[in-house]
Amino acid sequence: MSASIKDRPADTGARDGKLSQLVDWIDARFPMTKMMQEHMTEYYAAKNFNWLYVFGVLAMFVLALQIVTGIFLTMNYKPSAAEAFASVEYIMRDVEWGWLIRYMHSTGASAFFIVIYLHMFRAMMYGSYKKPRELLWLIGMVIYVALMAEGFFGYLLPWGQMSYWGAQVIVSLFGAIPYIGEGMAEWMRGDYFISDITLNRFFALHVAAVPLALIALVVMHILALHETGSLNPDGIEIKERKDSNGIPLDGINFHPYYTVKDLVAIVIFLILFSGVIFFAPEMGGYFLEHANFEPANILQTPEHIQPVWYFTPFYAILRAVPSKLGGVLLMGGAIVVLFLLPWLDRCKVKSIRYRGWTYKVALTTFVVSFIALGYLGMKPAAEPYTTLSRIFTALYFAFFLFMPIYTSREKTKPVPERVVYHG
Amino acid sequence: MSEKSDLNRRHFLTVATSVTGAVGVGFVAVPFVASWLPSARARALGAPVEVDISKLDDGAMVRVQWRGRPVWVVRRTQVMLDRMENSGIELRDPDSLESIQPNFALNDFRSLKPKILVVLGVCTHLGCSPTARFDVAPADLGPDWVGGFFCPCHGSKFDLSGRVYPAMPAPTNLTIPPYRFVGDNLIIIGEETGVAA
Repeated sequence: MSASIKDRPADTGARDGKLSQLVDWIDARFPMTKMMQEHMTEYYAAKNFNWLYVFGVLAMFVLALQIVTGIFLTMNYKPSAAEAFASVEYIMRDVEWGWLIRYMHSTGASAFFIVIYLHMFRAMMYGSYKKPRELLWLIGMVIYVALMAEGFFGYLLPWGQMSYWGAQVIVSLFGAIPYIGEGMAEWMRGDYFISDITLNRFFALHVAAVPLALIALVVMHILALHETGSLNPDGIEIKERKDSNGIPLDGINFHPYYTVKDLVAIVIFLILFSGVIFFAPEMGGYFLEHANFEPANILQTPEHIQPVWYFTPFYAILRAVPSKLGGVLLMGGAIVVLFLLPWLDRCKVKSIRYRGWTYKVALTTFVVSFIALGYLGMKPAAEPYTTLSRIFTALYFAFFLFMPIYTSREKTKPVPERVVYHG
Repeated sequence: MSEKSDLNRRHFLTVATSVTGAVGVGFVAVPFVASWLPSARARALGAPVEVDISKLDDGAMVRVQWRGRPVWVVRRTQVMLDRMENSGIELRDPDSLESIQPNFALNDFRSLKPKILVVLGVCTHLGCSPTARFDVAPADLGPDWVGGFFCPCHGSKFDLSGRVYPAMPAPTNLTIPPYRFVGDNLIIIGEETGVAA
């Protein structure tokens, strides 16, 4: 072996020559090098990114993880009401390493939402949704809604008690729409109740339709990002100050600088992720709910019904309203207002570092309300939880509805011309 | 042929082609959208079901399945009916005017026979199945509780005729399915003739 390695230097030149010839051959037929440069080696991002900027890449990583583990789960899962529950048990007990693949997928679902919520929070902190990045935010919001649909369809597949009754509740939400609602709910179920037919179509949506849409949306999201360029914790447009070569003065090449940084984030993520998979895959009933270890019983609702944690803030809003249509509208409204964020925020300054105290207080109130609603959505429909849900629902909406007022009068600090380091 | 392009003509042809294509897409969408409706098999399985209540005790309830949903048949006692009538609770829709039921059930006890309640065990809020709570004044439901149905999902309360209490998440009373009697003790759920046997 060592002898052959020694032989190599002599023909390296020829090898490089052949390799570059191959690259040239490909580049004349497919824009390989051009794409690599545009999106990696010559894509310039601000040099002052902090740790909050890793969640976009982490979200893509988790998406890939979900696709791979999901494909392997479909090889043993049976999307029929008679067999679904047993086939999941079969994966957990009899399929070689099936338990690991399934726990990776179920933990991945929760990890996806944790990562996405932090990614969205980062955008809200540093104003990443503001002009000229409104479309970037909108595409991101569509991804978020698609992800919720993906989570919802996927949650029916194990055909446990919570799967069944969760789907029953969510599909019934559409029944609240006047006149066409009941017919629409029946059309979505394909039956008079959540049945084998519903399970089969949710499977198709979960493994084919929504993932395809998600991948297309992620590509659009990245293209939109690379068109405007990434923002940074100072909220400064680095493209406004370029050197003589037209390269932003505060920019560094995405590859290798940020790819290496993101690899560190992926390693840390995987450490935490493995910790959950190996030591707490059910996460005390938050990632995999206890009621779901019982097969679906269509005549018996579980004593206490709650969606998975990532839906509970919206569920709390739904329950806070003592009217069916009102609750559904308010819950839908809670997501719609997020779409409008770029136009509700009138402040010219992007980053929270240079914004006034009003936005800091408002954003803190919003985050506290969101987490509180998430907690209240897991509690039974009783006092004092109902009153608390109403208070936090009001605060959640106040953040958005009063935003045009408190952001247009905001006393901001001067924004520096170049990015700065903190610590 | 003229050197200049006829832009009006080009515009007309573009619009005409797009509209024709869009109409075609609209037509092709019909089979795909319609394929989501309940299939012939699902409709056949949604056929009426028979319930024999000859062995149903006073004050007891039996659950049957119709179209995959629970239907409760309760043999109410005179005591239960009296308690319900004299409870003094102001119901949201006491006469069931906004609720769903066959016309024959538009009466005081929402039933063909006063003592036999046939009701769809699906909360009108979000489709959970409420729990039968015929006990009077239990600790968790308070001293005013005279028996009825309680939905554990979102806390809606219904009386012994499935009528909703005021200020509950459920907007209307529980639904009464179409049903009819064949003899004294056989009920056919899913079909009505409108004639009390």
